[in-house]
Amino acid sequence: MKRTTIHAWLMLLPAMTLLVAFTHYPAIKTIIASFWTTGRGRRESQFAGLDNYAKLLGDDVFWQVLGNNLIYAAITIPVSIALAISMALFVNKKLLGRSAVRMAYFTPTVLPLIAVANIWLFFYTPGFGLIDQIRGLFGLPEQNWMGSPSTALYTMMAVTIWKEAGFFMIFYLAALQAISPSLYEAAEIEGAPRWAVFRRITLPLLMPTTLFVSVNAVINAFRMIDHIFTMTGGGPNNASSLLLFYIYEVAFRQWNTAYAATLTVVMLVILAALAIGQFFFLDRKVHYK
Amino acid sequence: MPNLTKLGLMATAAGFLAASPALALDLEFYFPVAVGGAAADTIEALTSEYAAAHPELNISAIYAGSYNDASAKAITAAHGGNPPQISVLLSTDTYTLIDEDLIVPFDDYVTAEEAESWIGGFYPAFMLNGQSEGKTWGIPFQRSTPVMYWNKEAFAAAGLDPEHAPANWEELVSISQTLTTRDDNGNVTQWGLRIPSAGFPYWLFQGLAIPNGGILADATGTHTSFDDPAVIEAAQFLYDLANVHGVMAPGAIEWGATPKAFFEGETAIMWTTTGNLVNVTNNAPFDFGVAMLPANVSRGAPTGGGNFYLFKESSDAQKEAAVDFVQWITAPAQSARWTMATGYVAPRAETWELPAMQAYVQEVPGALVARDQLEFAKAELSTFQNSQITKIFNDALASVLAGQTDATTAMTEAQAKADAILADYR
Amino acid sequence: MNLSYDRILITLGAWLLAAMWFLPLAYAVWTAFHPAAYETRFELFAPLTLENFAKAWAQAPFARYFLNTTMLVVMILGAQIVLASFAAYAFAIYQFRGKGILFGLVLVQLMIMPDILLVENYTTMRQLGLVDTIFAIGLPYMGSAFAIFLLRQTFMTIPQELNEAAKIEGAGTLTVLWRVYVPLAKPTYLAFGLVSVSAHWNNFLWPLIITNSVETRPLTVGLSVFAATDSGVEWSVINAATLLTSAPLLLGFLLFQRQFVQSFMRAGIK
Repeated sequence: MKRTTIHAWLMLLPAMTLLVAFTHYPAIKTIIASFWTTGRGRRESQFAGLDNYAKLLGDDVFWQVLGNNLIYAAITIPVSIALAISMALFVNKKLLGRSAVRMAYFTPTVLPLIAVANIWLFFYTPGFGLIDQIRGLFGLPEQNWMGSPSTALYTMMAVTIWKEAGFFMIFYLAALQAISPSLYEAAEIEGAPRWAVFRRITLPLLMPTTLFVSVNAVINAFRMIDHIFTMTGGGPNNASSLLLFYIYEVAFRQWNTAYAATLTVVMLVILAALAIGQFFFLDRKVHYK
Repeated sequence: MPNLTKLGLMATAAGFLAASPALALDLEFYFPVAVGGAAADTIEALTSEYAAAHPELNISAIYAGSYNDASAKAITAAHGGNPPQISVLLSTDTYTLIDEDLIVPFDDYVTAEEAESWIGGFYPAFMLNGQSEGKTWGIPFQRSTPVMYWNKEAFAAAGLDPEHAPANWEELVSISQTLTTRDDNGNVTQWGLRIPSAGFPYWLFQGLAIPNGGILADATGTHTSFDDPAVIEAAQFLYDLANVHGVMAPGAIEWGATPKAFFEGETAIMWTTTGNLVNVTNNAPFDFGVAMLPANVSRGAPTGGGNFYLFKESSDAQKEAAVDFVQWITAPAQSARWTMATGYVAPRAETWELPAMQAYVQEVPGALVARDQLEFAKAELSTFQNSQITKIFNDALASVLAGQTDATTAMTEAQAKADAILADYR
Repeated sequence: MNLSYDRILITLGAWLLAAMWFLPLAYAVWTAFHPAAYETRFELFAPLTLENFAKAWAQAPFARYFLNTTMLVVMILGAQIVLASFAAYAFAIYQFRGKGILFGLVLVQLMIMPDILLVENYTTMRQLGLVDTIFAIGLPYMGSAFAIFLLRQTFMTIPQELNEAAKIEGAGTLTVLWRVYVPLAKPTYLAFGLVSVSAHWNNFLWPLIITNSVETRPLTVGLSVFAATDSGVEWSVINAATLLTSAPLLLGFLLFQRQFVQSFMRAGIK
């Protein structure tokens, strides 16, 4: 019994050390830092109590980016997953030019977001941008998609969905291939309509993949901000800013590390809640198996 | 697996030190290049020339990306105990760098005579953002002012005098209205004017505020005047250009796509930095003109661009070497090459008298516009907590342009937020 | 009759999506091979040029960036797989004191990626003297909770009898792990590998902060520094750079896509 404990701990040691050093330790330090003021060259850091949190509650920008991030997650996650499933279904069966289509779906995976952001910038550019050139053919006026607070966030979402759906498609494709054809044959004999087959057979069998994919999708909804740097810089008036982008701005442009820590604590709380929720979800699934 | 190259370099350096009696002095400097390839090449060429003449130095120029990136890099490195010796950073970073206690003034490393002849030799407008507390913290290098570029062919096509650029706000509106063309569906095919308002919103905005008599911040870096009626009026005017006069696209206008919009005939007039002069000269498929920003109450423009800063964490020998390098690279011969390669304004009057520069301005008369505009130029927005204050202002301006808030409310609120932050520094 | 009508719709839908997904790459190719004047004009007979590639190649050390990224991705994936396999095995097989707490600690990191803690992690790297090294870009990701979690789930589905049988034959723990568990968990490794490589190939924010020099910058940071838009976007050159650096992966996928997809499918990710 004791030997296995030592064994287990030894096997866990390297991974746990790194986990603790770069997740738990900094998380705790972040929480502590959120109770202090930012020390600058000419002034020392001082204990601030809940001042930073009071500031947070009164910070319009914080509420705005938090709201943005929730909308962003609520839209990009389901849409990416739905599109990924459709794509996988498309290329799973016989299709004219299947490998070309598959290749097209796969392109976002190899193009770094930070680089394609410039391409999307062109698509959205009012007037001579691609979207407006196409709209122009139909006599529609130019539209400032990124420069208007009501649409800026959605332009960011489209890029994210483009990036994510193509990537998730691969996992769904693999899962679809693993479904036994006999199930479909049985359904066909019974004359089940296509939609019912999808809903009763395909979708449930894709559930494990969906869980795997959704963990990634949730993480990315809070983590993927690369394109914001190039495209809108969070503007106009923070309309397209997300929580992590705001944290970056506060920490590495304004050098207000204490307030950045406070914002990070909010992020930690949200993510920890999601982690716990998702764990119960995943764990139930394991028992099921 | 640590960085192999670094280890290799360290090993080589160690071998070197053992062999050579004199210790090579490291000089590292970060520069942002906002103007494409030629500029970076010029800096690197200048640096290696200097290095060749000074074998005792081990000098490296590091291209650190955009202005924002370069600031972030330099400050992060300094916090990490590994600052560069010198950097070219935005002239508006002065108070931030002072507040972080990262830089020292140049005064301590030059003789009184040099202070007179060298520091005193720059255009005063370029020194406005670099001097504080009676000291000189920034030496002008990559400096600019915004100018107005206009498409002469578009002017002629609209029946306007192609040699006459709008000289004041009324002309700006009326000429831009003539230039704005629409197709049968009522869709705009060419805008009269483009003043980018995303990217560095506050900067070009000052091209409206200053001629209207509004200065965004005072010289102590502790007071802003966002709620000055002249500033509010300028914000209202910028909003009106798009939404009342209909001569500019509504919403936030992208900075990066602006030169392209000009080349494509999407807009007949654009405001952007004089640092784009070479880009426009090379790429505009039509005859264009360069003019000072139009006047209202008076002429006026902000200055912009980057200064050299001297970082604190380095030996005296390094600082002296650094100052010597800065003196060399801002001297007329080098400065002229830099200006001709990029369009940035040579910051010393003597540079413009060189035969090479005289020939250059014959060929590119537009280069003189920015220099002559310096006479009317004022300091740009620069305060303690600069990034935060600037963000407050940018957000307020964006909300005005988007029609979310009226100019008076937005600017008054922004002023209150700025006051709350700057109170600590007064 | 009805069926073929369906087919046409599906094919059209598939192609429409494919066209949309391919568009950014298509635009990159267009601009990269044409002079800058054609960045926004799509004329069939626009002159072709390779000048943009030459310019991009001359202006930034993309070969170096590519090498940096490759080293980074390989290093991270290797470390993640080895460390996570050990940890997952311990969690799946052994009963020991503190297991619940330790596993709880792992679960926390499932969501809280080091990216979010960049401010504190930067300080740690500074204290370790690792700022501006490729190692520092990778280090925070090497202990991957996601990998541990996935592998634990997979290992738990492997019957204990296999383990015991191997032990009876005198195999040590490491041998069992290597000979029994790793081969059976191949699909999980593959799925995780794809996630990891894709994440780190594209990672931008942390490398942006932790690197300062050409010798350590990965592609993403190199590209962003290269494409700084203070003076206006030059799509033709930027896209040429993007293509240059993505070409190896794209070509790789193009050439080996059948093998790649098949092996992935054979692995049957669940």
